[in-house]
Amino acid sequence: MLAQQLLLGLLIGGLYGLAAAGLSLVFGVLKVLNVAHGELIMLGGYGAFWLVALLGIDPFASLLLVVPLSLLLGLCLYWGLFGFVVRADEETRIKNSLLIGFGLALALHALAVRLWTADERSIVTPYGGAVWSVGGLSIPLVRLLSLALAFALIGGVHLLLAHWRWGKAIRATAEDWQAALLTGIDVRRAYLLAFAIGTGLAGAAGTLVSIGYSISPSIGLEWTLKALIVVVLAGLGSMIGTFVGGLVLGVAEAASAAVFGGPYREVVGLIIFVVVLVVRPRGLFGR
Amino acid sequence: MRRLAKRREAGWAAAILGALAALALLPLATRRDDVLNFVFLILLSITLAESWNIVAGYAGQVNLGHAAFFGLGALVARTLWIGGTPIVLAMGAGALVATAFALAVGVAAFRLHGAYFAIGTLALGEILRTTVGNVLSEISTLPTATIGAYRLSHRYYLALGLAAVSVVAVAALGASRIGLGMQAIREDEEAAEASGVGALRLKLTALALSTGLAGLAGGLFAYYHISYYPSHPFSPHWTFDALLMTFIGGVGTLQGPVLGAVLYVFLKEYLALRWVDFHLLIFGALFIAIVLLLPGGLVQAVARARRLLAR
Repeated sequence: MLAQQLLLGLLIGGLYGLAAAGLSLVFGVLKVLNVAHGELIMLGGYGAFWLVALLGIDPFASLLLVVPLSLLLGLCLYWGLFGFVVRADEETRIKNSLLIGFGLALALHALAVRLWTADERSIVTPYGGAVWSVGGLSIPLVRLLSLALAFALIGGVHLLLAHWRWGKAIRATAEDWQAALLTGIDVRRAYLLAFAIGTGLAGAAGTLVSIGYSISPSIGLEWTLKALIVVVLAGLGSMIGTFVGGLVLGVAEAASAAVFGGPYREVVGLIIFVVVLVVRPRGLFGR
Repeated sequence: MRRLAKRREAGWAAAILGALAALALLPLATRRDDVLNFVFLILLSITLAESWNIVAGYAGQVNLGHAAFFGLGALVARTLWIGGTPIVLAMGAGALVATAFALAVGVAAFRLHGAYFAIGTLALGEILRTTVGNVLSEISTLPTATIGAYRLSHRYYLALGLAAVSVVAVAALGASRIGLGMQAIREDEEAAEASGVGALRLKLTALALSTGLAGLAGGLFAYYHISYYPSHPFSPHWTFDALLMTFIGGVGTLQGPVLGAVLYVFLKEYLALRWVDFHLLIFGALFIAIVLLLPGGLVQAVARARRLLAR
């Protein structure tokens, strides 16, 4: 029973990692703390939901449409909003981006309630109930596939950052944007790309959430907090580290739910978050 | 320059208090409950916004866990009041608990700076909300006898008094040495420390004042509402409301949060007739515009317009 719960925690932990990867990339590169990240996940979830409902495509195949659309949304958000913030010095940048993300979160939430009502929804898959039984554990196949896809996406972004020309530029910008500028890197373009990729990751996370779990307009704050907790646990600068951080949070939540009871699942992550923050007040988001 | 600003601030304080005094006559002029309820909401919002303004506007610490203190005030006041304590004492006890809790966590929380303080307090508020929701999951409804004796005018006058207290508190703070020290911290904490301002002590003072007022506002909410879930006053939307009202009006000014609260409640109630939560779309967008283009909010907009006209 406990092993089963921990397994389920591990499975959702992959999505925590994917949710955090986008936030971590944007924060690490742009020094922009986008607290509307959870709302971007929510939008991705609705995107997938409607693609599946209206076009009748396979839920997992909807990723092929949701991710490009999210990349596009990321470009628009950068051009329209966050691009204005990156001109300020680092401290003002973080604070103003927090406030802007906050306004964006409220607006997107209200818009989503208007467009899609406050009801909870999830994508029903033809193979939704399929379970793989191994040694007394039952593994829901859809969630297992989600975990694998989350890992593949994060691994993909990791490879992009490691080998792609612009990926290296993004990493250099994250390291020291002034030095990057001096070596001839178009820092603004690196910001734009990193923000778009971060939003694309949010869209992918939203898709997987709406397949294996459920979405509603108000899931944003919860997912933003999950992503923040994982970023605090894993630090910045490593995509794979973020994924592992997500798994750790998922298992920790499951373990605490088993010990203290289900309703306290949320509290444990938050307490870890606050404690780590206070113990390492500045060095925390460092690498 | 500073003397001029001070005189203008005193003028605003007098104007706001005058308006509040006039509102004291409202229950005599009308018996319509909807009007009194509406003004009650404005008064509660003024108190909530001014309380947030003290720590965020003056001391520059964006507290995103403000609802926790509003909620604690509500929880303690409601419990004591239903148990038979007079409401004013119950509210005072609620405020004390909120302040004591704030001071207990404040020392640790102020190890965080800027945006980290903001997200740390946000998480703190969520911890409290979830815990209270788990421990007290039953809806809290007033006993029948209390509902029978319910008088809206009592709530109204209490709200009026509390709004006046919060305005006087912020006005006095703005004119004081302590208030100046807080503003110095807001502008540049290291420079303030270097010139002899005890930053931690002043930030704790701001937090204590702010959360005390929030606790009183929570007590008022507990006195006003007939039934609600105990976790409801802990909901982050109380923090978000205070933040929107304060920023849209003008953060770090006396009159800003008052203007913001009036505008916010008016639009919220008006728009809710056709589209629930529509005001959040508008205020979210307005808030972004203010952060990007007009960090001083309405107050700054008015000052700019005045300068243009004077030319």
